[in-house]
Amino acid sequence: MPNADVDNKGITLPDARIPSGPLSGKWQKLKDNVALVSPQNRPKFKVIVVGTGLAGSSAASSLGEMGYNVEVFCIQDSPRRAHSVAAQGGINAAKNYRNDCDSVYRLFYETIKGGDFRAREANVYRLAEISAKIIDHCVALGVPFAREYGGMLANRSFGGVQVSRTFYARGATGQQLLLAAYSSLNRQVALGTVSIHPRMEILDIVIIDGHAKGVIARDLVSGRITAHSADAVVLATGGYGNIYYLSTNGRGSNATAIWRAYKRGAAFANPCFTQIHPTCIPISGDYQSKLTLMSESLRNDGRIWVPARKGEQRSPSNIPESDRDYFLERLYPAYGNLVPRDIASRAIKRICDEGYGVGPGGLGVYLDFSDTIRKKGVDYLKERYGNLFDIYKEITGENAYVSPMRIYPAVHYVMGGLWVDYHLMSTIPGLFVIGEANFSDHGANRLGASALMQGLADGFFILPNTICDYLAKVGPRKISTERTEFSSLERELIEKNKRLLENKGKKTVSQFHKELGKILWDHCGMMRNGPGLKEAFTQILELKERFMKEVMVGGEPEGLNQSLEYALRVADYFELAELMCRDALNREESCGCHFREEYQTPEGEGMRNDKDYGYVALWFHGGKEGNPILVKEPLVYEEIQFSTRSYK
Amino acid sequence: MKVRLKIWRQPFQNNKEGGFAFYTLEEVNPNMSFLEMLDQLNNTLILKGDEPIAFDSDCREGICGSCSLMINGKPHGPGYGITTCQLYMRRFKDNEEIIVEPFRSRAFPVIKDLIVDRSAFDRIMQAGGYISVSTGQAPEANTIPIPHHVAEKAFDAAHCIGCGACVAVCKNGSASLFVGAKITHLSLLPQGQAERRRRILQMVEQADKEGFGACSFTRACEAVCPKSISVEVISKMHREYLISTLIKRLGWIY
Repeated sequence: MPNADVDNKGITLPDARIPSGPLSGKWQKLKDNVALVSPQNRPKFKVIVVGTGLAGSSAASSLGEMGYNVEVFCIQDSPRRAHSVAAQGGINAAKNYRNDCDSVYRLFYETIKGGDFRAREANVYRLAEISAKIIDHCVALGVPFAREYGGMLANRSFGGVQVSRTFYARGATGQQLLLAAYSSLNRQVALGTVSIHPRMEILDIVIIDGHAKGVIARDLVSGRITAHSADAVVLATGGYGNIYYLSTNGRGSNATAIWRAYKRGAAFANPCFTQIHPTCIPISGDYQSKLTLMSESLRNDGRIWVPARKGEQRSPSNIPESDRDYFLERLYPAYGNLVPRDIASRAIKRICDEGYGVGPGGLGVYLDFSDTIRKKGVDYLKERYGNLFDIYKEITGENAYVSPMRIYPAVHYVMGGLWVDYHLMSTIPGLFVIGEANFSDHGANRLGASALMQGLADGFFILPNTICDYLAKVGPRKISTERTEFSSLERELIEKNKRLLENKGKKTVSQFHKELGKILWDHCGMMRNGPGLKEAFTQILELKERFMKEVMVGGEPEGLNQSLEYALRVADYFELAELMCRDALNREESCGCHFREEYQTPEGEGMRNDKDYGYVALWFHGGKEGNPILVKEPLVYEEIQFSTRSYK
Repeated sequence: MKVRLKIWRQPFQNNKEGGFAFYTLEEVNPNMSFLEMLDQLNNTLILKGDEPIAFDSDCREGICGSCSLMINGKPHGPGYGITTCQLYMRRFKDNEEIIVEPFRSRAFPVIKDLIVDRSAFDRIMQAGGYISVSTGQAPEANTIPIPHHVAEKAFDAAHCIGCGACVAVCKNGSASLFVGAKITHLSLLPQGQAERRRRILQMVEQADKEGFGACSFTRACEAVCPKSISVEVISKMHREYLISTLIKRLGWIY
């Protein structure tokens, strides 16, 4: 492998450990060659899993099944509430049930292309290979996927693809899959292999002799800070999209655990890749705490349009066909309303910026179902998307069966995250990262229905097969939490909490968070440019200083203190925000969701630069004073070729 | 609009008594969600040096089941088929007094202010709310057809978000709708048959142990369920329980 890039400060490129040989044989080759832990030795190993979403729950339950000793932590009151529960649309799998030429290769290729050739070939191929098994396993766990009348599984299509390979359970696929993973977790709890610690947040990762051997947690109920040791640590903490303040993420999702890992030596990859989802309910006011998604699957049956004239005053139903602009169908005839998320988002933003938008402030476009209602009836829509229409009605007070929905893009998913090798291990030995928390598989843009697929592939099928290699090689170690590596971190954190609580400022955490979010949205959001990113740097630094001096947290360190929990997360966001801007500034090209205004074609499409930027950007912490250090993992495609992404 | 709030405050230690506190909030936007209104109240409390009101929420899209709250005596407040996070201030009148309390049930002890401990639900699930299948062992998914209407019925029951509103509204503090939903979901599917008898006995036994009461047949749970789960699941649970008990008496269950 071409892994010899040596960059400044002597940090060498970590080995991605991709097996050699043809793409289709790599995963099998790894399984044939990893070191194993025999069943009678597995109970001697303890593994900590942080997070209980699709990735965390599935990993913990699979490791439990194998006989390892597993401890699971989550910030919610129950593992069932992890934010994977909110995914609506579906999960992809290369089953070719529709007889429409789908295959592992097609799913692989479309994911690579959708990610604008910024994902690792071998990882994506493996994901496509495993996809079919995920469906089998979830059906066996009792997921009530949609079925045809004859009893066979139903499918629908999703943005960025031309086949129907998405499996779904009405508009609550994430919930049904998460509950399935949660149920297998529960089975292991009953069997005694897994123990769950709810309402606990991981505030740091403990490194002993260069290996991750434990975590420091804060009990969110008692406020106590405790140490926990293990033979390996798995982070499955989800994404950090909440950094923008307004996003579709659950309010609790945060970056703290992966950020602490970064500061302890784990490389952070592609931090600037943030996906903006095109179909969210538009913002209604500045009191708003979060944004709600309308599943992308709606674009199968809804057509997106704006009035053809600026300043149109008529209600949508009174605007005749001739006065409507179905701009996605006009601009991208091959894919129409089903173009990938980044393309749809930018097209919507542009048409609104040009003054054609509808609703308050002109920040919205119509998502219209009247054609489908005419052709297939209201019941058809109700069965497929009923709950989405209900949610829309509660939030906006409008009935989308009668007049079109209004939608606008919003921050949704981060493709960036901790760097992992083919074994899903970070640059810290013994620290594994799965699901949205790692950087892998989606490149610079995530196609619909692939996040659920990755979470479950990582947790159910990949990690259980790779973690044994690490454990077998290092052997079991009983590490006491009395060691100084633990106690010094505990003391550090207690001090930090005290400092935050002693502040007597004039602004709350959320006010600071909102300001930070606005800086990022304006300068490191759907479109970026050099001067804007530099400006963002200055603003973030300034705001961070003010935060440390002027924030008012309130309450006590002991006991339940939600304001303190929030302050600790936002403090980390300030540092991560800087890294995101730094990464965006470094990447002088446009790819996927990362759209640098300086690099676009005359038609306004992003212009990639594979020669100079065909790499994964690994950022290493540069110590207290030093700048982050960039190391590049070249993306070498062995079986496919870089090509221009076109959806016309 | 303006609202007058009467909110239950309870210190962190469980043995300390709680009580109502009164707040007035001006400039409430009718398009705000109920939780956003509480966020705004908390911001003002923090800046005054008072402790903010503790309450649970996460997805704020009506699906995670974190948010709870009794609002004017009803779990998740006025409205049908919604959670508290999907409740908008336009449902209230200007200058209305709104009473906010935690979910009340013996099995849901209050942790602080409006936060209750619903871990009893997890323990019920751990008693059998799953299908025992190990990863990698599943047959090809289409080998066992499940007719459309069966899958749809199973989904209706599986859609339970475990928020606990059914328990909070029940005069007996019964978890029957919650348990019935899982029993119905799994017993309708062919995959759930192997453990069907044992599952119901264990889950009901655990619910009893946790201190949940028996079903009171008032259907209040159905009326407040944010996912509109029908009390049919309770009838189903009762039938399953009866048959399973008989079979057990006959010695046909392990």
